[in-house]
Amino acid sequence: MDAFALLIAATLNAGTVLAFAALGLLINERAGIVNLGAEGIMLVAAVAGFATAVHTGSDWVAFAAGMGAGALMAAAFGWLVIWLNTNQYASGLALSLFGAGFSAFVGIRYTQEKLSQRSHFDVPGLADIPFIGPALFRQHPLVYLAIVLAVALTWFLYRSRAGLVLRAVGESPESAHALGYPVRRIRFAAVMVGGALCGLAGAYISVIYTPLWVEGMVAGKGWIALALTTFATWRPARVLLGAYLFGGVTMLQFHLQGEGLQVSSQLLTAMPYLSTIIVLVLISRNAAWIRANMPASLGKPFSPGS
Amino acid sequence: MLTLESRSEPSRTMTIVSPLLALGITVVIGMLLFMMLGKDPMRGLQVFFIEPVKSGYALSELAVKATPLLLIALGLSVCFRSNVWNIGAEGQFILGAIAAGGVAMMADKDSSRFIVIAILLAGAAGGMAWAAIVAFLRDRANANEILVSLMLVYVADMLLSYLVYGPWKDPAAYNFPQTISFLEPTKIPRLFSGWRVTIGAVIAVIAVFLFWLFLFRTYAGFQLQVGGLAPAAARYAGFSSRKALWMAMLGSGGMAGLAGGLEAAGPLGQLTPHVPAGYGFAAIIVAFVGRLHPVGVVFSTVLMSMFYIGGELAQSRLGLPKSLTGVFQGMLLFALLACDTLIVYRIRWRHSPHHASASSGQAKPLPRGDESKPLAVDPSDAEQGAKV
Repeated sequence: MDAFALLIAATLNAGTVLAFAALGLLINERAGIVNLGAEGIMLVAAVAGFATAVHTGSDWVAFAAGMGAGALMAAAFGWLVIWLNTNQYASGLALSLFGAGFSAFVGIRYTQEKLSQRSHFDVPGLADIPFIGPALFRQHPLVYLAIVLAVALTWFLYRSRAGLVLRAVGESPESAHALGYPVRRIRFAAVMVGGALCGLAGAYISVIYTPLWVEGMVAGKGWIALALTTFATWRPARVLLGAYLFGGVTMLQFHLQGEGLQVSSQLLTAMPYLSTIIVLVLISRNAAWIRANMPASLGKPFSPGS
Repeated sequence: MLTLESRSEPSRTMTIVSPLLALGITVVIGMLLFMMLGKDPMRGLQVFFIEPVKSGYALSELAVKATPLLLIALGLSVCFRSNVWNIGAEGQFILGAIAAGGVAMMADKDSSRFIVIAILLAGAAGGMAWAAIVAFLRDRANANEILVSLMLVYVADMLLSYLVYGPWKDPAAYNFPQTISFLEPTKIPRLFSGWRVTIGAVIAVIAVFLFWLFLFRTYAGFQLQVGGLAPAAARYAGFSSRKALWMAMLGSGGMAGLAGGLEAAGPLGQLTPHVPAGYGFAAIIVAFVGRLHPVGVVFSTVLMSMFYIGGELAQSRLGLPKSLTGVFQGMLLFALLACDTLIVYRIRWRHSPHHASASSGQAKPLPRGDESKPLAVDPSDAEQGAKV
């Protein structure tokens, strides 16, 4: 029973990383931009966050640094794809490849560093309830923030005027432009916010989740987050659900190994990647459903006629 | 203010100038980086651009790096030209190495030298099989090839480590995760004794010629290119997009697998968890910098191999991390994408944006032919292709 509570807690923790990244990418994609650089952004943000935490000792400053690094990288990407109309796939790949190299280069002196004792967080009053307490109420504040963010994003996209404009920019940039909205600036803002959220996810990995810095430690979570947006048909609530589902798959492997299950550890490590493929296949089979939900101008460059 | 003005047609000069400009930008930033790190930038230039071509032995080492890069990049060029985004070449490379290694381990010391042919064929088949999964899922289930091919890189990595930690582990290796050293008859023949460069380099050069023939002198190559540049036109002409997908995936997977086989039975001589060295990812940059053209790819391969050797030398001689290579590789692709803007646009100095109306009679901005597909594949493409 206690083990099960811990599994739920670990699932929420692992899911939070994916949730921040995927919600960020969702904002990008709702504005019509596919950012394949998520993995690179997360790596650079992870090293930026970890280094900041080592030097300042403050997790919150580290998160800010991660978000800043993410937004900065996203800005470079946004400048290329929005103002110079470069191919979004190639530019995103460039960002991912650069991020992998750059984070390894900068991070080499931090591979031996350790962070000070991680503090525990208990929600007063609720953390001591048997089972539910350890499962749900002893999490890092960011775990709850991810849920708040998903709710807020749902409200923003479907209930606010600004959200409507953002969706319009992703569905039909020409119409939004004709109505007088600055399509490129809106897209750029969306890319920056998305990058900052991917950055937060990256910093969360290196500062809270692991917590240490290892080269390539994001280990494909950026790519899984990209798959999650499709899986969730671009809805924030489903993104959150999907993130926890994948967090659960990641955690189940440790759990099963702990239970002494006779399966090779490599197969278990490959589980999240295999599940991503399976989920993608299942979701993409229903072509009409994808078409009905996908932002209509996803991946298409827009330049206002001169 | 500086503004971008679209050209009436893409500039052919800029197509060639842009990679050089990107290299220039990368070199300048690289020298600044060296200065910031307190190293002599001229020494940096020497390490990256002079030392790798200084002697016969250095050139042989350069060719060792260039062989897998060139083979993979050739396959990817065809793939990207047909607008199929296989970014999992690294995984196909690993599977090629595994398959080739499996055959190599079946040999005994009396095996014929011709087993090398079987090893290389196994490598290519391994890469093809891994790529075929991607093609199949894209074809049958519309699953996005970018994400599937990339996820399979991690799975391939796990498969390799399962084998070298498990069933294929050399019992005499003091529990190190590695297979036996492959026996002498299975080694890819070297070109010169004492130098590590193998016949793989020759195969790669022949492949350049074959790919050039395929792309520009065969009907199938033409169909692939039309499919990538103008999917609607290709559909109208009755070219099958499914056939193009399969050809692109199997072709690029086979090349990556061949590279993996050459690497495993060549310079490595055994399988370890360190088989994947990032060639599959670096080759993406090679393909783009080489303009997706077989001859251009040769030049960009040499350049990227220099980055590899330069990074290693920077580590041993200047005490800088080897990952410098990755920084420069990523920077080069980024700079290239920015410079490529000059192919379809020219930079103009404009005093105020109000003059914009003066150019209204000009051609509309060219749509960039390389418009990205959304991550979820538009099903209409596949469905209409299937009818053909």
